[in-house]
Amino acid sequence: MEVITWLLESSLAGILVRGLAYGTPLLWGSLGEIYAERAGVVNLGVEGMMILGAFSGFATAHVTGNPVAGLCAAGLIGALAALLHAFFSITLRANQYVSGLALSMFGLGLSGLLGRGWEGIPLERPLPEVTILAPLGFALAVVLWVVLYHTRWGIILRTTGEAPAAADALGINVILVRYVAVVFGGLLAGIAGGFLSVAYRPSWTEGMTSGIGWIVVALAIFASWDPLKAIWTSLLFGVLFHLSFRLQTWIPAEPLQMMPFAFTIIVLTATARRSGRVRQAAPEALGLPYVRGER
Amino acid sequence: MGEPPDMPAGQPPIVPSGAGEMARVPRLSVRNVTKTFPGVIANADVSLAIHGGEVHALLGENGAGKTTLMNILYGIYQPDAGEIFIDGRRVDIRSPRDAIAHGLGMVPQHFLLVRRHTVAENVALGLRETGFLFPARRVEEQIREAGERYGLAVDPHAHVWQLSISEQQRVEILKALLRGAEILVLDEPTSVLTPQEAAQLFTVLKRMKAEGHAVIFITHKLDEVMEAADRVTVLRKGKVIGTEPITAVDKRTLARMMVGRDVEFQLPGRLDTEGDRAALTVEDLWVRDDRDLPAVRGVSFAVRQGEILGVAGVAGNGQRELIEALTGLRPAEKGRVIVPAREVTNRSARELYEVGVAHIPEERMRTGIVPQMTVAENLVLKRFRYPPFSRGPLVDLRAVGGFAIQMIAEYGIATPGPRTPARSLSGGNIQKLILARELSAQPGLIVAAHPTYGLDVSATEQIHRLLLHRRNEGAGIVLVSEDLEEILALSDRIAVLFRGEVMGIVAASAVERETLGLMMAGQRS
Amino acid sequence: MRQLGPLRFEHDPESSLTRTMFVSALAIAAAFLVAGLIFWAYGVDPLRAYRVILVDTLADPRALPEIFVPAIPLLLAGIGLLLAFRAQFYNIGAEGQLLAGTIAATWIAVFTSTPGPLMLPMMFITGFLAGALWGLLPSLLKLRLNVNEVITTLMMNYIALYAVSWLVTGPWKGPSVRGFAYTDTFPDSAWLPYLPGTRIHWPTLLLGIALAILVAFLLNRTRFGFEIRVQGHSPEAARYAGINPLRTTLLVMLISGGFAGLAGVGEVAGIHHKLLDPSQVSLGYGYVAIIAAWLARGNPLAVIVTAVFFGLIYSSGDVMQVSLQMPARVTDVFNGLILFFLIGSERLLHYRVRWMPAATNQTVPATLPEEQAASGRERWKS
Repeated sequence: MEVITWLLESSLAGILVRGLAYGTPLLWGSLGEIYAERAGVVNLGVEGMMILGAFSGFATAHVTGNPVAGLCAAGLIGALAALLHAFFSITLRANQYVSGLALSMFGLGLSGLLGRGWEGIPLERPLPEVTILAPLGFALAVVLWVVLYHTRWGIILRTTGEAPAAADALGINVILVRYVAVVFGGLLAGIAGGFLSVAYRPSWTEGMTSGIGWIVVALAIFASWDPLKAIWTSLLFGVLFHLSFRLQTWIPAEPLQMMPFAFTIIVLTATARRSGRVRQAAPEALGLPYVRGER
Repeated sequence: MGEPPDMPAGQPPIVPSGAGEMARVPRLSVRNVTKTFPGVIANADVSLAIHGGEVHALLGENGAGKTTLMNILYGIYQPDAGEIFIDGRRVDIRSPRDAIAHGLGMVPQHFLLVRRHTVAENVALGLRETGFLFPARRVEEQIREAGERYGLAVDPHAHVWQLSISEQQRVEILKALLRGAEILVLDEPTSVLTPQEAAQLFTVLKRMKAEGHAVIFITHKLDEVMEAADRVTVLRKGKVIGTEPITAVDKRTLARMMVGRDVEFQLPGRLDTEGDRAALTVEDLWVRDDRDLPAVRGVSFAVRQGEILGVAGVAGNGQRELIEALTGLRPAEKGRVIVPAREVTNRSARELYEVGVAHIPEERMRTGIVPQMTVAENLVLKRFRYPPFSRGPLVDLRAVGGFAIQMIAEYGIATPGPRTPARSLSGGNIQKLILARELSAQPGLIVAAHPTYGLDVSATEQIHRLLLHRRNEGAGIVLVSEDLEEILALSDRIAVLFRGEVMGIVAASAVERETLGLMMAGQRS
Repeated sequence: MRQLGPLRFEHDPESSLTRTMFVSALAIAAAFLVAGLIFWAYGVDPLRAYRVILVDTLADPRALPEIFVPAIPLLLAGIGLLLAFRAQFYNIGAEGQLLAGTIAATWIAVFTSTPGPLMLPMMFITGFLAGALWGLLPSLLKLRLNVNEVITTLMMNYIALYAVSWLVTGPWKGPSVRGFAYTDTFPDSAWLPYLPGTRIHWPTLLLGIALAILVAFLLNRTRFGFEIRVQGHSPEAARYAGINPLRTTLLVMLISGGFAGLAGVGEVAGIHHKLLDPSQVSLGYGYVAIIAAWLARGNPLAVIVTAVFFGLIYSSGDVMQVSLQMPARVTDVFNGLILFFLIGSERLLHYRVRWMPAATNQTVPATLPEEQAASGRERWKS
């Protein structure tokens, strides 16, 4: 009975708004990952890029007093981190999954190292939890969708991920396109991380991303690599996360903290079961390094 | 049409001294091009000249250097020596982009189309002038116009995966034409077409010729050269053997140039044995493909012991699914498969092997062997779990080694030793390894898929001999191949597969290529 | 084949042992170099830092044995991971499987009345089973639905993490000291013995070495090992050869998870003697074991060496915390860099380097171009 009253008492708007807050970094992160994977490169380094973005965002915002500057720095650092992954997986043709893992490890370590002494400091001028980043994220998703499906850049990007040999034979620089896509993904992931430390929980704690980067990668799959779908998938996840947080009144914290990760597994399973149709399958060259007809 | 190629300020047009032919400037001139790879000379001092308004055939066996030459023209490789001239000016082609800028268009054998995109998107991909927004819409008109002009009609809105193979080829040609290609190179264009579709293609080539393009097509099929080309250049082992107008040669001369000796067009010694028992009976077989569409539709046939049944047909008409259903790699939806005394429908690959079904797979490297493992390990790939190679859970390495040495000797596999990784072997020797493995188990039925694809003449002959030998010993063989010559040479009877159905089964000695071609294109006999 | 100045790189798919070791050593050296740069940017003199590390970890007779403390779980989990990688299953979930093992072991030790002599064997057996079970869901999802196992195993790690956290602060809570929660201490029969004067719980170490030898034997001398290798190199060829992918991969995964579970048992029975906050039980062993397995380049016996090496890294991290006031995360910096350079250097393994200046006018053997050689030049029907 209590549960029902509680549910009725929380306004739908309230839940949506809080869900939006958590969903914002998920949206920004998954948009970036969608673009990288559309070009054929899996980037598991999102966790590392986000945490580095979180730290640099916080540090910059604290030092300059300007949270927007923090976000910019976060994006820049995220992009630089992604460049590392791009170099190893595209140019050196290392295993993309492991390279991303290495980036995450490195990012967590480096941010922990640099962040020593910054913990517990409150941010003087944080951004509100639901901030311009949310509608901006929606707008970004729409723009990215148009670009992906209805412009020349989009065709080039998609071809690089589906049939890089075809793109190469037409004179398109597959390597460059992939680099740009991955670095762009890093930019967005960095901003997502910056959002966490500048708006969501304005502070710095070591490891504060707590696995959200992995969830972002799963969400890109869940959204069928479609920027528009990413909007509702991240919102859905945000709401679910918020609901599980609210349930902590009755249920101990830790099992609820498991929820996002369990949801992710469920979501991936559901996606796999419906993925027979052509439209929803992964880019064909995803995860494979491109080698120009090597003989 | 398209932009003029970027030409460096040049030397005056040079007329090549040739066989005293046309005095005008050739569109494309290749001079003394040489290209080597470690241990192999792919092109040795190759020179040729192609003019506008000409259809020029580049003829040679697999490995003669045709594809290497084309890759050099298209900028994928750089020659070690030699020069290329376009319209008399020397050019340096360092990438496909340069090639395209110089008016060279390539239609590859394995299409480079994005299946998920539409035709318009695929074409728009290469064109800069389509602008940033909605590029696909802007090319639609161009696609329709070019389609009419050259006889290459195709629906711009269709997704590539919905198109037939010959339609997909049309898209590739359109791509090249709309990028302003004046010189078109087609790599083995008829390997995926029925004889009728090939004829349609030749009509298109004639139209292109009439519009002034220079057309080069690479092939190893003599009939096509005689039918479609104006001139032919024959390559053998990397060298140009000769360039002749088509009026000056016939099939026999070309074959001799191609192979270096007189070629038998028929394999000798075909016995007309008649076994009583069927090595394989297939009844009303229905099999679905990866996209859950029916690929094999109610196929029935029988193969006697001591008989080779050739299965002809253009790739993509259900051959793959049929083979996989016969060898336990794909479930059959309906119907029965029977080998002597046992029904084996939908049994596993392992069970089929145990019952005496051998499978020589289409993809040597991906399916037939494990390239990273040794020759010996590959030779026991299917038998490792049985004695004498296994005792309980353990593998008897000595038995494996001994068997390998025996097989290497018996089948003439050229390898430094049994412990060499299989990937170091040449294609022909890999195929011999696979045959050694499959045939040594004394199978009653052999399912052979494109067994000599990509092999040179001597390897092909050896493989054919091995198969014939086994047939003469009483095995039944299902031979699936796209190479009509091979089918005609080896088969006792021929079945033609079209859209998953058997169009007819005829005796090989009594059939004409025409008839086969018609069946391959959908006419029942 | 590439020419870079006076060096000529020739493609050679077979990699000799010396070349592998040389390239690996090069990669690690590069990682240390970059790490040194980071220290320098952090304000710590890298040379001093490395000297301190070497002295305080290797030269000090009391500190030296500490290297083996992390090496034990790294070895156990690492061998399991090596097996999984050989079967092309990217098991990133060793961390969670390890924690599952700790849960099982704790349950046996504290909450059952298993008789004394049976205690440790039961703990190991249930720990193995728990770890195996923890890996079961991701492997089934991969095999049946082709769900990417990297993410699912990773998710299971977090679930295990929170499970332990909950148990330790909730139903299994023992005495609380200074805000850290943990379970009751294990009974004596659940304690593993140490090598005197050290924290090396030698039975687990012996178990690890034995398992390494066992896995080496399995891969090279048994039918199952043959199947694993075929499956790992070429799943298509495996199907063709009649090898059941489900059975093979599933078994490998269960073993892999089980070994990680054993590592967990070793930690609670050997080091902590109780279950505590997960970040203290496993210091990221499950993740570092991945690198240890990768560095071993497919050879189970090599994992013994690589596990010790990463034990050294852990020790260095401790030393740097104490002597140089650096945060614990510094080991992650090392590990991340090492992993980067390891995978980045992999292509070098396939090239032979020769000193060949002025390479024009080389006489190339006049072999005739027969059909193209098998080293990947064959074109396949799409």
